[in-house]
Amino acid sequence: MSSSDTHKSAAAGLPGQEEATPGAETAAATGFPIVARTDFSRTTFLLEVEHPQMARAARPGQFVIVMLDDHGERIPLTIADFDREKGTITLVIQAVGKSSREMQSRCQVGGALFGLVGPMGIPSEVSDAKKVICVGGGLGVAPIFPQARAFKEAGAHVIGVVGFRSANLVFWEEKFRSVCDEFIICTDDGSAGIKGLVTQGIEQAIAEHGDIDEVVAIGPPIMMRACAEATRPHKIKTMVSLNPIMVDGTGMCGGCRVRVGGKVKFACVDGPDFDGHEVDFDDLMARLQRYRPQEAEAMEQWLENCRRLQVEEVR
Amino acid sequence: MARKTIRSIPQERAFMPVLDAQERATNFEEVSLGFDEANALVECERCLICPEPACIPGCPVEIDIPGFISKMLKKDYHGAWDTLTDSTFLPAVCGRVCPQEDQCEGVCAVAVSGGLEPVAIGRLERWLGDMAIEKGWKNESHIEPNEYRIGIVGSGPASMACAADLAKAGCKVTVFEALHAPGGVLRYGIPEFRLPNSVVDAEIGNLEKLGVEIRCNTLVGRLFTVEQMLDEMGYDAVFIGTGAGYPSFMDIPGENFNGVLSANELLTRCNLMQAGKFPNFDTPLEIGRKVAVIGAGNTAMDAMRVSKRLGAEEVTCVYRRTEAECPARLEELHHAMEEGINFQWLTAPVEILGDSNKNVRAIRCQRMELGEPDDSGRRRPVPIPGSEFEFEADTVVYAIGTAPNPILGQTSDIKLNKWGYIDTDETLATSLAGVYAGGDIVTGAATVILAMGAGRRAAASIRDYLGIRDSMVVYEPENMGFENTLFGIDAAEKNFVHVRQI
Repeated sequence: MSSSDTHKSAAAGLPGQEEATPGAETAAATGFPIVARTDFSRTTFLLEVEHPQMARAARPGQFVIVMLDDHGERIPLTIADFDREKGTITLVIQAVGKSSREMQSRCQVGGALFGLVGPMGIPSEVSDAKKVICVGGGLGVAPIFPQARAFKEAGAHVIGVVGFRSANLVFWEEKFRSVCDEFIICTDDGSAGIKGLVTQGIEQAIAEHGDIDEVVAIGPPIMMRACAEATRPHKIKTMVSLNPIMVDGTGMCGGCRVRVGGKVKFACVDGPDFDGHEVDFDDLMARLQRYRPQEAEAMEQWLENCRRLQVEEVR
Repeated sequence: MARKTIRSIPQERAFMPVLDAQERATNFEEVSLGFDEANALVECERCLICPEPACIPGCPVEIDIPGFISKMLKKDYHGAWDTLTDSTFLPAVCGRVCPQEDQCEGVCAVAVSGGLEPVAIGRLERWLGDMAIEKGWKNESHIEPNEYRIGIVGSGPASMACAADLAKAGCKVTVFEALHAPGGVLRYGIPEFRLPNSVVDAEIGNLEKLGVEIRCNTLVGRLFTVEQMLDEMGYDAVFIGTGAGYPSFMDIPGENFNGVLSANELLTRCNLMQAGKFPNFDTPLEIGRKVAVIGAGNTAMDAMRVSKRLGAEEVTCVYRRTEAECPARLEELHHAMEEGINFQWLTAPVEILGDSNKNVRAIRCQRMELGEPDDSGRRRPVPIPGSEFEFEADTVVYAIGTAPNPILGQTSDIKLNKWGYIDTDETLATSLAGVYAGGDIVTGAATVILAMGAGRRAAASIRDYLGIRDSMVVYEPENMGFENTLFGIDAAEKNFVHVRQI
């Protein structure tokens, strides 16, 4: 039995799972087909999903909302890439919580996503900057790629700075080198590129070039804050892409509200890109903790269900 | 049969059971249980079948109320339902959520000149709607298909009413919904105990029986624009019913603490995402022990009653005016009071207080008094100096109204007014040719039935625009002469032929 089958039956075995979301059957009955998958590491994987209309509409910086099944959460994910000819969009997912780990075990080529809506959010503004640093950390490495490519196509000198924990987690190096004029890899342990955080890569690039017009940073909030602080003394415009908790992604719930320049903004319809020097990162990080106990509870129950199922299979 | 008079009809309203307040406050069962047949017939007896009924113009979609009631009295229930569905597509929904006391029942002669309680028109409508769902009745409209394709943005009440009318006129209608399930506010907003999801499903099912195609997971504006629908995708007309769903906050200190959320978020998590069944459904919803809800409209009532059902021990309503100005339906207010909600009238929040982990701990309010009337004609609440007080709360819910959804404004050239709502003329036509809009996105937050009324008006305008003859209208006999014609085609008539470039 393949692992995807295992977890499908795991879901069916849960109490109360027989009820379906009302009206959900009117959604595309077959879902959105997964056409390719690449595993970058034990936790990070890439899915290519077929959606020609979305591949045509998507612009760098936008995101989608994914639902794994009719009991699932609506999970916001930044579009990592899109291929207008193949009619696919690419998502890079880090399996950290219940829903993303469930995706990791169930989303296989030939399968499908129950829900996929987007592209959402205001596309990143590809300014007429002459020299740009595109910074990606952790999961932010994937979505920074289409931005770097867009700046390159707009004729800018693009410096790519990406950060990973160690050399074996590095992905898309060739892809980045093809669109970046300069490319700096930073690893925590120094096993590839320079040893240190992406901020060191930024410092290095700023030291070499006195005329950086713009920095674009995508990654965990703590990294984006560090990037914004690194560029603040140099007064370099720094755009960040925020990832708060969302439900609908269409400006309806207000769960994704963030403080930018002292004003409340909804990341889903007013963003997700904002000026990094204006964003209240403390507020963002506190709000990301909102459902920690529930996340832990969901994770525990899911692991317990998987474990029980394995025991039953052994019997 | 002798004419009925105010003295000859049953003086009291027929009995309709409701769930016990203590019991229902812990579950999501529907609160109002509806009439049975005997009680429905008693209630029908109370209608005077006025020759010039006030209730018909009192209804935003002008249901022939005495017409369906007289058929019910003859036990022709299917006929009564047919009369009802000539005007409304969602009787089981409207019978439950319409503010009838301000509409048909508010002008009912039994109440206005008879001094009795008005005929329970809403409950009768609901009874017929439920019977139709139970028996699987469907509209046997004769549909004469035509070549026109209509795109409808959103799947809430305005959109569905518009879709139904255009489908009956023979158009090929496609409804686009951004969420993964159709119904709009009926799905994500109104809770299960007031409007069961099974009722919404059944009414949407009827729409699909008319040939309307519903496409979920489609965010119009971002996936494709309204302009693209008209040119690239070949829709002949577009209706926009995206609603006013953008929640408002007050911009007082402490609003970003964890535990502060909009009523929209609370209701969406609970109704659409089934967070009450967490962890079997993946979406969580944290409801504390003490919940404060700001606002006193229908959404606030729903948020309070949902909080109670999700286990909150103490739910407090904070409203800056008095009970008399409370905008919620009377029935909803009474149900909330019965379920043990505390009401703090003439109270306004000034600050939300948090603990060191940035979680809500309390809310600081001040007392108000009513001053001079403002622009809306209601007396303006004025703060009483030195009246500030705090009370403990671990969840604060904002239900103080909504603003228009910004996505279509961001992505199309459609003309908006200064508040961001779509600008339309009296036919509900927007600044883009062939694009019509109606419901909350035009008027601001209102009711399900007003949105449906707007959807129907837009459908009529779209028929005119496309030059589809309306079977309900008696046209002037055609002029057989040849004055003002060009090869027999009336030179003044617009949209007589509709040419599409292929």
